[in-house]
Amino acid sequence: MSELKSGSNLEKILNAGHFAFTGECGPPKGANVDHLNEKLSHLVGVVDAVNMTDNQTAVVRMSSIAGSVLMMEKGLEPNFQMVCRDRNRLAMMSDILGAYAMGIRNMLCLSGDHQGFGNHPEAKGVYDIDSMQLIAMVKKMRDEGKFMNGEDIDGPPKLFIGAAANPFADPYEYRVFRLAKKIKAGVDFVQTQCIFNMEKFRDFMKQAVDMGLHQKCYILAGVTPMKSAGMANFMSKFVPGMDIPEPLIKRLRGVAKKDQSEEGIKFSLEQIEEFKEMEGVAGVHLMAIEWEHRVPEIAERANVLPRPVVD
Amino acid sequence: MIVGNLKPLEEIVASIADYKNIFVLGCGGCVSVCLTGGDRQAHELATDLNHIRHYKAGKPKFNVHTVERQCEPDWLNTYLTIPENTDAVLTLACGAGVQTMASIFDSLPVIPAINTTFMGSNVEPGVWQEMCQGCGDCMLGVTGGICPIARCAKTLFNGPCGGSSNGSCEVDQKIPCAWAMIYYKLKKTNQLHYLMKVREPKNWQPAGGAGPRKLVRPFNKPL
Repeated sequence: MSELKSGSNLEKILNAGHFAFTGECGPPKGANVDHLNEKLSHLVGVVDAVNMTDNQTAVVRMSSIAGSVLMMEKGLEPNFQMVCRDRNRLAMMSDILGAYAMGIRNMLCLSGDHQGFGNHPEAKGVYDIDSMQLIAMVKKMRDEGKFMNGEDIDGPPKLFIGAAANPFADPYEYRVFRLAKKIKAGVDFVQTQCIFNMEKFRDFMKQAVDMGLHQKCYILAGVTPMKSAGMANFMSKFVPGMDIPEPLIKRLRGVAKKDQSEEGIKFSLEQIEEFKEMEGVAGVHLMAIEWEHRVPEIAERANVLPRPVVD
Repeated sequence: MIVGNLKPLEEIVASIADYKNIFVLGCGGCVSVCLTGGDRQAHELATDLNHIRHYKAGKPKFNVHTVERQCEPDWLNTYLTIPENTDAVLTLACGAGVQTMASIFDSLPVIPAINTTFMGSNVEPGVWQEMCQGCGDCMLGVTGGICPIARCAKTLFNGPCGGSSNGSCEVDQKIPCAWAMIYYKLKKTNQLHYLMKVREPKNWQPAGGAGPRKLVRPFNKPL
């Protein structure tokens, strides 16, 4: 066990060698938090931390800091997401300080979906810095206690630094090097894009392990249970960076419509079992989109409950 | 070169509706080469505008002329004579040309007929591609001669994002992913080590972040 960088629950779990299990939740499209609270209630005690997304798919929502704080009030640990699309370096650093002061301890550094996808495609994307530079900036703030410009921070934000890794984007042969670069920039853990193509992911992990990347950074495998064959087909065609093999779509189509969600969950459970044994995989990040109420059942059937408690 | 695109005819008509004698001025520079604002396009625009159906209160008169480069004060001061009765200039130059015209002929309204779109090059017949955003600190030497500032939709500095798919950008399959192109180019030139380095955040001051930019050069000494 090494010295803790942030002392977050997620860091403690990973540091103790437990197989981590994280969830995800989107903030509301408005100031009404009833639905958010309802979604969060299903996750209490079931996951180690919950990603709070930052205007995901470039659609305006409540800020991820506010969502994270609301989550903490419910007794959950947030993994606060920040994208490079909507803020310049000044706004990022000030929000990082604010997030930390409010009690946030995990942060996920992302480029963000392009604004063209969202509900304000006329917006000017910021992209002052990219996700790699955001990781390095948070690390500098945390470890050196300095702003990007080198000025001292009065009370550095001790955050557990996360990022995304997409083994299914192109050029494939570069993806493992991009992960290596994120580690060089200072990332502590990564959550991968939703995995459906297991063969490709096995190959990616082999490369990562051969390079020793799993010893420098915790790799959490991204899992999304498919609700239906239609969802699989839609994601395969319209969601950027998704790799959904035809046999999986066929498998879902092969059962009656009412049974497709069960088949999707079964596939996720098979994946989780394999990830538990896969060298280099430190946990699972479950992205059950608007399916939070199914997470306890999935966690139960995946045999990841009760969640470990590490002091 | 600087590339532009003609504004919609209705927008141009609306912008000149208050004037009776309009001087339509093409530019022989970049916009002429990209077939948007040269002499031929100036004449075509005047012909298109010269229809009574566009106007409620009578049709204006159009005089057409083209000057070699509208962005150079010397050309305008020395060679350009604007007909006496002109009450507005409709120019097909880029934004630099429009502004140079407006500053020299400061008693006349100067109206743009084109939208200046980007700095680019002619990649195939009839197609111009954005290549440069004039960021003031060129990194093409380490990116295989492909600019991620101008050609990556997210102006990333450290390789392709998770949306790069089959060589295409996540924004549109018709847009090539700049970082995929950079990867394959650097692979070809044996320079992939450039992609392994974490690039520092960019200083945007030379890109315009410090206010409008200016180039001041001393006069050349005789050789």
